[in-house]
Amino acid sequence: MDDAVLRAEKLTFEYDTDDGELEVFRDLDITVKRGEVVAVLGHNGCGKSTLAKHFNAILLPTGGKVYVMGMDTASDDLLLDIRRTVGMVFQNPDNQIVAAVVEEDVAFAPENLGVPQAEIVERVDSALETVGMTEYRNHAPHRLSGGQKQRIAIAGVLAMRPECIVLDEPTAMLDPVGRAEVMKTILELNRRDGTTIVLITHHMDEAARCSRVVVMEDGSFIADGTPEEVFTQVELLRGVGLEVPQTVELLYELRKRGFNLPLDALGCDECAAAIAAVMR
Amino acid sequence: MAMLKDITLGQYFPGNTPLHRMDPRMKILLTIAYIVVLFVADGLVSYLAIIAFLCTAIAISHIKPKMILRGMKTLIFIIALTGILNMFYTKGEGKPLLSFWNVAIYKEGIVTAVFMIVRIILLISGTFMLTYTTSPLQLTDGIESLLKPLEKIHVPAHELAMMMSIALRFIPTLIEEADKIMSAQKARGADFESGGLLRRAKALIPLLVPLFISAFRRADELAVAMECRCYHGGEGRTRMRSLKFGTVDLWALLTVAALAAAVILLKVFPLEVFGI
Repeated sequence: MDDAVLRAEKLTFEYDTDDGELEVFRDLDITVKRGEVVAVLGHNGCGKSTLAKHFNAILLPTGGKVYVMGMDTASDDLLLDIRRTVGMVFQNPDNQIVAAVVEEDVAFAPENLGVPQAEIVERVDSALETVGMTEYRNHAPHRLSGGQKQRIAIAGVLAMRPECIVLDEPTAMLDPVGRAEVMKTILELNRRDGTTIVLITHHMDEAARCSRVVVMEDGSFIADGTPEEVFTQVELLRGVGLEVPQTVELLYELRKRGFNLPLDALGCDECAAAIAAVMR
Repeated sequence: MAMLKDITLGQYFPGNTPLHRMDPRMKILLTIAYIVVLFVADGLVSYLAIIAFLCTAIAISHIKPKMILRGMKTLIFIIALTGILNMFYTKGEGKPLLSFWNVAIYKEGIVTAVFMIVRIILLISGTFMLTYTTSPLQLTDGIESLLKPLEKIHVPAHELAMMMSIALRFIPTLIEEADKIMSAQKARGADFESGGLLRRAKALIPLLVPLFISAFRRADELAVAMECRCYHGGEGRTRMRSLKFGTVDLWALLTVAALAAAVILLKVFPLEVFGI
C-alpha cells in the first residue's frame, strides 16, 4: 500500500443538471503506484478529465474515496498538501500561465506555498532547467511557441516538487514538434526523478510509450495493463471506436492474413524486426 | 488587423536597465509625483525641464520611442479634442488673432492649447514608462505593498492587485484572439470597416460576443489552474523577488525631487522666455 501514490476506491461522481442527476462514473477503483507512467485513453466525454480532477481535489467524489499518498482528498486541512503532491497540467497552455514573465510564472506555486525566497529561486532554476527553458526565463510567455508554453506550465508544476503529475491532454493543442518536446520532457521526468505520471491523451503513439495503459469508456475502465497487453486487444479497442497504434494495426492485419506474427511489437523497430524475422 | 496590434497600453517590455531594476513601489510613487509636477508646471522652462527628464528616462530604459508613439496613437482623438477646446475657450486680453461668427482665437488660446497637448503627451508617456518597464507582477507587488496599510480598513489589497495583474497578463492573449475572431468573421463576410458609427458599432457584436464567451471560459480554466498550483489568497504568500529600495531608487528619488523643486521654484519665481 505504501507505494500507492494515487488510489481511488469506489469512486463515484455525479452532478446536477437541468434534467436531473448525471452520473459520470460509479464505483471506480484504480491505484497508481510510485514511478508508474499511466496513460488514460478514452473518447471525449468518457470521464477521463473528470477523473483527473479528482486526483488533486479540484473535484470531490460524491461517493467513495480518493487518496493521495494516503491523504483523503475530501479533507480540507490537507488540501494544500494534496495539491502540492499532485501537480496538474491542462490542455491550453495560455489558460494556465498566470504571469507575464516566464520565471515569475514558474515561481507562482512556491510563492503560494510560502516557500522562503532563496529556495524559490533555487526551485525555479531547477524546474526551468529540467524542462530546458532556462534561456527563456525573462521572456514573455505569449511570445513562445505552444510546446514551449506547455513546458513552462510543466515547470510551474515542477516547482512544487510534486510526487505525481497529472497531465490532461497536454499535447492536444500542439503541433508535432511541440508534442515531441512535451512527451520527451514528461518521460525524462519519470526516468530521472521517478516522478509518477498520469497522462490523459487520445494519441495512441503517446500511450504506447507509457508503462501502463488504462482505457476508459462511458465511465468505467475496460482495459488496464502494459501497452503490449492493452493494444493487442485490437477488437476491444476498435469496438469502442478507438484506434490502435499503427504498428499494431499492421501486425494485426498481417496476422489475419495468416502470418505468424506477435501483436505486441509496439515500437517501429521492434515491429520491423518481427516482420523481418517472419519473412526470412 | 493592424488596429488591434497597435494597442500597447499596459504592455511590458522586458529588459535589464536601471529603470527595469527599480523598486516598483518607488516607480509608482514617482510616477504619481511626476503627474503632480506636470500639473503644477507653468512656463516654458518648466516644461523643457520635464521633457528633458522624460527623454533621459526613455533613453535609460532602452524603450524605443516608436513604442511610445504607437501607444499614443489610440489616444490621439482625446489629445486633439483637448487642444481644440482649449484653443477656442481661452479668452485673451489683446486683439483676437482670428475671429469668425462668435468664435475668437487669441494668442493665449493657442499657447494654452499647445501647453495642454504637451502636458497630456507628457502625462501619457510618463505612465507608459511605468508599465513598459515594470512587469505586471512587479506592478502588482508594488500596488499591493502600497495598499497594504489600507487592509486595516478592509481594502482587499491582494485581491485587487491579483486581478489587475491577470488582466494585464491576458491583454496580449485576448488581442490575439480578437484578431482571429475578426479574421474568421471577415472570412464569412462580416464587414467591420464601412458604414457610419452606429453600423460599425453593430458590426462589432459578432466580434465581442465570442470574445466574451471565450474570456469567461479562459477565466474558468485559469481559476482551476491557479487552484492546482495552491493559490489560496494572499495569506502566507512569499515572493521570489522581495521588494527592496536600492541605490537606483535613491537616485531616481533625488532626480524627481530636484525636478519638483525646480518646477515649484519656477512657479513662484517665473522665468519668462520669449514672453511665455
